[in-house]
Amino acid sequence: MHKTTMLFATFAFVSMISFTSCDTDETQTVATFTNLVMADEFDVEGAPNSEFWNLDTGTGFDGWGNNELQYYTDRPENVTVQNGLLVISALEEDYNGSSFTSAKLITKGKFSQAFGRFEARIKVPGGSGLWPAFWLLGENDDIDGWPQCGEIDIMEYRRQEPTKVSGSIHGPGYSGETSPQGQVTKSYDLGSARYDDDFHVFGIEWGYQYINYYIDGVLYNQITPADIAVTPTDAVYTLNDGVEAVEATEDTPAVEAVEPTDVTGDWVFNKPFYIIINLAVGGNFPGNPDIGETFPQNMLVDYVRVYKQ
Amino acid sequence: MKNIKFIYSKTMLLTGLLFVITMSCEREISDQSEFATLSKTGEIFTDSPIGLGSDFYFPYSGSKANAWSVDESEGYESYASMRFDVPNANDPEGSYAGGILRVDGSGRDLTEFDALTFWAKASQGVVIGEIGFGQDFGLNKYQVSEINISLGTNWQKYVIPIPDPSKLFDERGMFWYSAGTQNTGGNGYTFWIDELKFEKLGTIGQPRPAIVNGEDVVKNVFAGIDLELTDLTQTFNLGNGLNKTVSIAPSYFDFSSSAPHIAFVNEFGVINVSNGTAVITATLGGVEAEGSVTVNAVGEFELAPAPTRDPSDVISVFSDTYTNVPVDFFNGYWQPYQTTLGGEIIINGQNVLKYTDFNFVGTQLSNPIDISEMTHFSVDILMPVVLPTDIDMLIVLKAESSLQQQRIGGQTYQWSDQTGDINDTEANGTFEEGGVWKTFKIPIRPTSETGLDKTAVNIIIIERIKSSNVTDLHVDNMYFFKE
Repeated sequence: MHKTTMLFATFAFVSMISFTSCDTDETQTVATFTNLVMADEFDVEGAPNSEFWNLDTGTGFDGWGNNELQYYTDRPENVTVQNGLLVISALEEDYNGSSFTSAKLITKGKFSQAFGRFEARIKVPGGSGLWPAFWLLGENDDIDGWPQCGEIDIMEYRRQEPTKVSGSIHGPGYSGETSPQGQVTKSYDLGSARYDDDFHVFGIEWGYQYINYYIDGVLYNQITPADIAVTPTDAVYTLNDGVEAVEATEDTPAVEAVEPTDVTGDWVFNKPFYIIINLAVGGNFPGNPDIGETFPQNMLVDYVRVYKQ
Repeated sequence: MKNIKFIYSKTMLLTGLLFVITMSCEREISDQSEFATLSKTGEIFTDSPIGLGSDFYFPYSGSKANAWSVDESEGYESYASMRFDVPNANDPEGSYAGGILRVDGSGRDLTEFDALTFWAKASQGVVIGEIGFGQDFGLNKYQVSEINISLGTNWQKYVIPIPDPSKLFDERGMFWYSAGTQNTGGNGYTFWIDELKFEKLGTIGQPRPAIVNGEDVVKNVFAGIDLELTDLTQTFNLGNGLNKTVSIAPSYFDFSSSAPHIAFVNEFGVINVSNGTAVITATLGGVEAEGSVTVNAVGEFELAPAPTRDPSDVISVFSDTYTNVPVDFFNGYWQPYQTTLGGEIIINGQNVLKYTDFNFVGTQLSNPIDISEMTHFSVDILMPVVLPTDIDMLIVLKAESSLQQQRIGGQTYQWSDQTGDINDTEANGTFEEGGVWKTFKIPIRPTSETGLDKTAVNIIIIERIKSSNVTDLHVDNMYFFKE
């Protein structure tokens, strides 16, 4: 027994060394914000915690703008917390004119924040024609619309590329709908593993004029205003209402005012965003599910955590 | 103390084992270490065969024996590859290329890999019949095959996933292939394979095993006659996001029966059936397989009544009563149209032809026979159950390019020449009930009416026609006779 314990201790120590040394290398860029301000560990069985989450229902406009096939509901068949996990289930069923149902959770009106570390531990479903996502939208989306409000996609996945997940930003002039400049995006390839096999931690660490993207502690991209290139001729966006300047407080840095005129190419990420977690079916990104695809397909979320600097 | 004892006994065991090996084998000691631990080598061919020993290539019978070679002027990012020369269909040395690569010696432990991978190209764009692994000319217990592999003229990587790596702890069948000229108009071609190895890709997921093509089928069978599970597959999603389905051996599955005393499945997918009904399902690596077979045993099988005609009046093709003429096969496979499986089996000591998935089946005689003096062709047919719609079948007697066709089993019993049906009033020929043998006596018509050259008959075809949905049948006592 003693021998075993010692062996284990040695192993643990060695692991710690390697882990720590690995951590040190990345400490400069990954996960330096440690002041936890919001966390849902999904420990309470039943409906998602209404302190944080609203459930968007319906089909949106034109399949949420992406020709998506699902009808989002707030039914427990589509969204529930069990065994310490948030379970979003995409079902194949006839429901209010749609042939699939699923769920979309948003923190709009309940939680939003400018800057910080937004992180979730997620296992994506493995089926074809599915679009699990963990993303943020600018709080001003109702006033200024999309893409002026800005969008930060922390994780988007599709089965066409089972070893890759992409992180992107969309904004005015770089929304993804203009050509040749689309959204600013990069994917991270696991190489010799698939995302649908296991849980992975997807996160951003976001500060003034930068967003760092990481997966499982590996920093794989940094996006700054320098990355934005636009095609101004066919993409001129004007805010409906400018963003007002905000004084710096103890907790948040100042927010600069944004002129209520042409915002094409502007960096629109120095203001509060809210969180969205959803599982779409079909749509422009993943295409439709294969004929005979297995349903239900489940997206599992172990936790969502938000930190400040 | 316990630990020490254990280690001591292990040492004893090892010493004992070494002693036994040393005593029984008088060769070099280095061979013995391989015996104790199976090789975990994944490579099969990189620039040369890897760890296969000296005697590892075994061509199939009928294939061109020297189709495989090592080409030292072609390779994927190298100067050597395996070269396969598929012969012309009329090559007297073999009409196709095919064979296995088997480890000469102990098997390998492949449990840490998840796929067989290789790079390949061909001298022209071509679809190769089958490529796989797990064939060892023994039980072929863990055989995997991918069919219709499309090769281009540039090197491309191919992935054949392992259905369940935990099964391959001692595997000798590293690679097998079968390639003909069905898609090239009989013209030969060459293809090359390089960097052939088992790999741990880590990117293979979403297993979806299936039996009987993922369908829920009902099989009406006789008690006491084994039934084989067919169309066993495993589907994975590969790292490129595309699904790949491979045909796999039964031993990859764990079968279960809703009533094992009625239908029991062994590891080779053979269902042993007693009277009653049972549902067969399966899992593979803990994943439930799509598809099921409901086995419905409809009673005991009765042998066909023995024919009573004088042997001197008979030319027999298939019967235990008479001496039969030599036959090449009782189920010649005519791809791609034929679905019929099965052939000769022995039931209660008697030879019977059993066909499943029936659409048509041909018996080819080794030598053409002269039936000029014969007046009839007789055949006994039995179906487990009589199906609700018409049972319409055609019997064709063929001599090279001439033939006589005879329709049987419908409400009217007819024969036809090649221009149309003519009612035959001699006949009686409906299947009124299942499980009962029906003897059909078909008159041999004058050549002037049918065109059949009676001096050189060599093929007998039983064919399903029109709306008939016959799927399973037994055949016995096929012979010509004179009255």
